[in-house]
Amino acid sequence: MYSIGIDAGSVATKGVIFDGEKIEHVIIPTGWSPKTASEEVLKQLLVKSNIKKEDVERIIGTGYGRISMPFVDKAITEITCHAKGAHYLNKKVRTILDIGGQDSKVINIDENGNITDFLMNDKCAAGTGRFLQVMANVLGKDVSELDDLTNNARPEAITSMCTVFAESEVISLLAKGIPKENIASGIMHSIASRGVSLLERINILDDVAFTGGVARSDVIGRIINDKISKTIYKPPNSQIVGALGAAVIGYRELL
Amino acid sequence: MADYRELWKSLDMDLEKHDQLCEVLPKFYDEIYLSQEKRPEGMNYFNFVIAEVHGLRIQELAEHRKNGQKVVGSFCVFVPDEVISAADAVGVGLCSGSDFWIPDGEKYLPRNSCPLVKAAVGAKTSGTCPYFQSCDLLVGETTCDGKKKAWEILGEHVPMHVMDLPQMKREKDKIHWMDEIRIFIDELEELTGNKITEESLARGIELINKKREVLQRLYDLRKEENLPISGKDALLVTQIAFYDNPERFIEKTNELCEELEKRVQNKESVFAEGTPRILVSGTPMAVPNWKLHHMIETSGGSVVCEETCTGTRYFENLVDNTGETMEEQIKALSDRYLNINCACFTPNPGRIDDILRLYKEYKADGVVYYTLPFCQTYATEFKKVKEALDKADIPVIMIESDYSLQDAGQLKTRLEAFFEMLEPKKEIAAANK
Ligand code: SF4
Ligand code: SF4
Repeated sequence: MYSIGIDAGSVATKGVIFDGEKIEHVIIPTGWSPKTASEEVLKQLLVKSNIKKEDVERIIGTGYGRISMPFVDKAITEITCHAKGAHYLNKKVRTILDIGGQDSKVINIDENGNITDFLMNDKCAAGTGRFLQVMANVLGKDVSELDDLTNNARPEAITSMCTVFAESEVISLLAKGIPKENIASGIMHSIASRGVSLLERINILDDVAFTGGVARSDVIGRIINDKISKTIYKPPNSQIVGALGAAVIGYRELL
Repeated sequence: MADYRELWKSLDMDLEKHDQLCEVLPKFYDEIYLSQEKRPEGMNYFNFVIAEVHGLRIQELAEHRKNGQKVVGSFCVFVPDEVISAADAVGVGLCSGSDFWIPDGEKYLPRNSCPLVKAAVGAKTSGTCPYFQSCDLLVGETTCDGKKKAWEILGEHVPMHVMDLPQMKREKDKIHWMDEIRIFIDELEELTGNKITEESLARGIELINKKREVLQRLYDLRKEENLPISGKDALLVTQIAFYDNPERFIEKTNELCEELEKRVQNKESVFAEGTPRILVSGTPMAVPNWKLHHMIETSGGSVVCEETCTGTRYFENLVDNTGETMEEQIKALSDRYLNINCACFTPNPGRIDDILRLYKEYKADGVVYYTLPFCQTYATEFKKVKEALDKADIPVIMIESDYSLQDAGQLKTRLEAFFEMLEPKKEIAAANK
């Protein structure tokens, strides 16, 4: 028995296939069309796990592109899916901080993985993956290189929260000759602070899971950890938690 | 709609700009209202009122004025309609719920003012709202700071009377509010040339109480397990209560209720079984602000009650009609009005009691706390409300949103997630039954 969860986010589309135990996943860029991307993810998942579409009994769509997936059995919000995914991976998780490409959210769950409260950030790129992307571009680096670049350097404070202003701030810091590693470190601190202030608007409960594309950065995870002194759980693959949750929900519906 | 251009011209309106406004409203209304399934027949009257919102009702107002009556506009449920009616004037609620007026409002007000205030000022200064144009007097009140300062600006364009509403509810505040009602009586006597007597005030009290009773009758039907009417439609009825002819409104709403009562007997519902029931609480929603209700009811929820000024705060509690002297009547008015729990009062524990009570009465599953951006009083009061709801184990979500549709996608996700969150709770409750 197989179920599939597909999470079409603003930057990446993620897919997970689940048989009650093992999982297999695919991640591709969303590009212009979440519909095309989710179809592609479905195709790749089937190839990767070597099964036929008929063998999949349930497909759940989530993420902002969930409304553009004609082939799903059901669409569920990314909030519920993240909650289920994080709970499936670690039963001790009670608060989830998810920072994705264009939004961030915090979710509280109970011992059954049911949501008790949640908040989403404003419709603005501050403190999201998009912010990181823009800043990495200014530094002439790839996002994945930022962790190494920081290299424990003293953070140079980035005062603007707004992506547009922060971009010009970084440009002028570079012009002043501030070392890139200090700037990179400042950028990581800035994102982490936004995450922490979102967390602080909810009643933070141990353990805290840190998920979403931005959670791939160990440095950001460490800074958050220092600031909130709670046990932080980072899933091995932080990007697929929503898709996994969708697949788990679908699977449970089959039982 | 018949041709009302001559009428509009006589009201000194900006016809070209007004045409733009008239172009968008019908399409918007069709999408939001006429697309609903299983609408009660009785809503046809309210469809008609909206279709004629800038037509027939305006013509009626013009006829009243031709007969020497005065039209008085107000912005807040604290302004006593009874007095307006007793002076044989016609009252209209002038709330402004459209984005259309915001740019004109921003010519006069800071951008970080609440959309309701901006739209009101924009509606007047752009000369595109025939209701504003029909008013002989506007009545403001000292509730929030945004409104207080806006009156000074509106006052440059149209005669304004401001009632000084206390911000606390001590004995001396009640005495003060009685005084304000007396001053209002004098003001209206002067405006209309009609003396307000015990008899005319008693008639005013009786009429407005009847309007409240019919709204309560409508809302009582929303307490039913099987909802005979959508939240969107009920909201529309309340909104129309603010400016329709009261006698006709009472009659038509009673007719609607008769139809709905039959539906209740037959266990007919406009929603699928198990649809989460939502109590909306917060800032007022003026025509054509149907956004939140529409989002809720197209994301898998149903609105069963509004703890807002376009909801229960408008009609709950009647004015005691046993007063015989003017003093007793004024006291009765003051008592009823100061029983309204608006967030501009400090402290305001009554509102929390109301929310908890309405949640039970209307068998709600969750609360959507709604506030317009830059509304300090309601946004700040959320903290206390949330604490109380958390304690009572009542799920709540805060939605801050203006009139534009820019945030529709994110709002939908948040609302859907909220309804998903209610599901396991409902299952547990059902299992315990
Ligand atoms: S919310 Fe307060 S200020 Fe606004 S209409 Fe209601 S009572 Fe008046
Ligand atoms: S919604 Fe708030 S800010 Fe706006 S007019 Fe009403 S009380 Fe004032």
